[in-house]
Amino acid sequence: MPSATASLPLASLVDAGTIAARNSSRWRPGLAAAGRAALHSEVFASPNEAAGAGAALALALDDWRNLPRGEGRGDAHAVTPAESDTRPVLWVQTRDAARLSGRPYRAGLPKEVRDRLIHVLADTAQDALFALEEGVRCRDIAWVMGEIAGNPKALDFTASRRLTLASEKYGVPLFLVRLDAARDLSSARMRWDVSSAASDAPRWNAQAPGAPVWQAELFRARGHAPGEWLLQEQGGALKARRKRQADNDTGALNWTAGLQRRRLSQQA
Amino acid sequence: MSALAGDLGSSRRILSIWLPAFAIDRWRIVTREAGGELDSGPLVLIADTAHGPRIEAANRLAMDAGARRGMMLADARTLCPEISTAPSDPTGDLAFLEQLAVRAQRWGPWSAMDEPDGLLVDVTAVAHLFGGEEALLEDVCAGFARRDLAIRTAIAPTAGAAWALAHFGWAGAIVDRELEPMLADLPVAALRLGSDVLTVLRRLGLKRIGDITTIGRDALQRRFRKRKVPEANPLLRLDQLLGRIPEPLLPVIEHHAPLTQRRLMEPIRHRTLLDQVVNDLADDMAQLLESKGLGARGLELGLWRVDGEVAVRRLEMSAATRDPAHICRLFAARLDDIEAGFGIELLRLRASWTEPLALAQGDIEAQAESPGTSLATCIDRLTVRLGPKAVSRPVPFASHIPERAQRWKPPLEREPPTQGVLEFHARPLKMLDTPERIAVLYASPDGYPQRFRWRGGVHEVARVEGPERIAPEWWRERGSVRLRDYYRIEDERGRRYWIYRQGIAGDGRGGPPDWFLQGLCA
Repeated sequence: MPSATASLPLASLVDAGTIAARNSSRWRPGLAAAGRAALHSEVFASPNEAAGAGAALALALDDWRNLPRGEGRGDAHAVTPAESDTRPVLWVQTRDAARLSGRPYRAGLPKEVRDRLIHVLADTAQDALFALEEGVRCRDIAWVMGEIAGNPKALDFTASRRLTLASEKYGVPLFLVRLDAARDLSSARMRWDVSSAASDAPRWNAQAPGAPVWQAELFRARGHAPGEWLLQEQGGALKARRKRQADNDTGALNWTAGLQRRRLSQQA
Repeated sequence: MSALAGDLGSSRRILSIWLPAFAIDRWRIVTREAGGELDSGPLVLIADTAHGPRIEAANRLAMDAGARRGMMLADARTLCPEISTAPSDPTGDLAFLEQLAVRAQRWGPWSAMDEPDGLLVDVTAVAHLFGGEEALLEDVCAGFARRDLAIRTAIAPTAGAAWALAHFGWAGAIVDRELEPMLADLPVAALRLGSDVLTVLRRLGLKRIGDITTIGRDALQRRFRKRKVPEANPLLRLDQLLGRIPEPLLPVIEHHAPLTQRRLMEPIRHRTLLDQVVNDLADDMAQLLESKGLGARGLELGLWRVDGEVAVRRLEMSAATRDPAHICRLFAARLDDIEAGFGIELLRLRASWTEPLALAQGDIEAQAESPGTSLATCIDRLTVRLGPKAVSRPVPFASHIPERAQRWKPPLEREPPTQGVLEFHARPLKMLDTPERIAVLYASPDGYPQRFRWRGGVHEVARVEGPERIAPEWWRERGSVRLRDYYRIEDERGRRYWIYRQGIAGDGRGGPPDWFLQGLCA
């Protein structure tokens, strides 16, 4: 791409380079604390397991816990704990999605969400998109979960762009679980592909299934290199482990190497 | 006579008005107003039932000829062939009774309907305004006689005693104290009991109220100990009549719904004009509600068309509001299917359900900081478009059966108080609407499966926790319902499910037990 870079003025390349370098750091839990949480995420999952909804909830909770709160953001005393935020969570499902993968069950939800869930059952994908947008525009909602099965016509690039813009304008995060869907065009800021992974053996009963673990692949994101993690809730926080250390590191190296080369050539 | 009842007796005065021929009297009033012909011969009011027309009310001549309430019309016709009929109108009667109850407030501060054909008025400490209680009763009789309504009246310290005297006592009865001896001669029907209880009492040989006290309270208490409803328990009714236990009554309160309307000089036929008028109406309504310190929960928009058709659109909000922009937006979604025809000439907006809503200062800073809508607004928009059932929240319910342990309630309703949940067992994140059957391969019939097939895929069970046995709720379900053994399992690819076996082999409630998948764990 020498011709493309040549056409750009050098000064803009400096800025672009520094911004990209700052943002290029790999995704990790707790990014919301730095104000860098993606507001619109998509999670692709199979309808035959609850991994999609579970991982989306875990990601949403991670953002919610690390959200900067209070007036003085730098001052530790002025920061109010996440527990004081009792805004409800909106969970929108199309009827197809509810039939395929079930409805949320209160006793099995994470404790923080249990008593503040509002469930919306939409007949069609169009109605679900309407409900998602209304939820995203509401200042009294902590975050919006959506579950849509398949690739409905109504959910095209324009619709997802609309959701992204509304979500970023009103600052309400949106996590859209796509069940049984192809990776179509979308303007979501982070796109995950999630499936279940074998859990760790619990301490007291090694035969029993343990705390849920998800294998999550971030295959497209704005400002982050793609990668693969094993996600797990541990002690009230989200933990991410690299699945294959070597692969991820070379991928990241390659990704940042391009930047380095560009910056070096610019300095020279 | 106990001292307690005596004290109560001096504290309250209740006027009971009974209209013995209420339905017939009202039919005459309605017919006269309509310019129809009044009854000269026997007349009955009938209601259609599955077995043919049944008599709901009969006039004096028809009663003399043998027609009674509850009789089939065909039976009455055999007794008296020249009987004439008219349809009965129970809802109209009820509305008329409500009107009368409001009118009866001229004799006392509050009045209650005593369905189907009576009124109760509290006349405590107001009789002197009419010159004594006799004069009050005369005034009541004159007032109803002017409207051609036959009545019987009584004044007593309790509603029960007044009712008994109005129905079974002497004309114009006024009882002050010493209730028990005065009422002892009345028949037991004066206790306002159900017909089956009256039959029981008749078979016991108890015909008068006095008999009940002579037989001894314990004997009756034993017989009716399981009847908690006053209509079914003569002792409760007797205590209410004597004022030993209170009897709550529901007073009729006149209610004016805030209403705004626009008569249009030129009938409107276009949507933009309609929206403009609805806007104006909502502004007026907001002002009206604000002046009363109210917010609307329910609104009705009526559209009168030039050709006489009326379209009504109803709206219910999740929280009281008087924001005109919000109201307009909600109505806009409901006005799409309005047929204007030759034009709409009158629009009326009525707040059918209001709740107190204090004036609040608009928080300009908060509005500017977070520009989104409020939660109530969001819920309203969702319910208007998706229907009231679509938006809900899960609340716990006291049951062992997993699918019954959660119910869906309207989103902004307060959560019902529940006992704390003991979290012995993990529950799945999501639950299927109906448990799906799985084909299972197991090592032993009462153990967990080695492998199962669900939705066309084979799952090897790698890890398992269970069984958690959940017995059927025997107090609610049939005896043949089988118990469930729940297992939380993880398959070879880490997918976690909640499955159960319905029944045990050889429990005598059917063949080999079936396996179901009910929940998906996170």
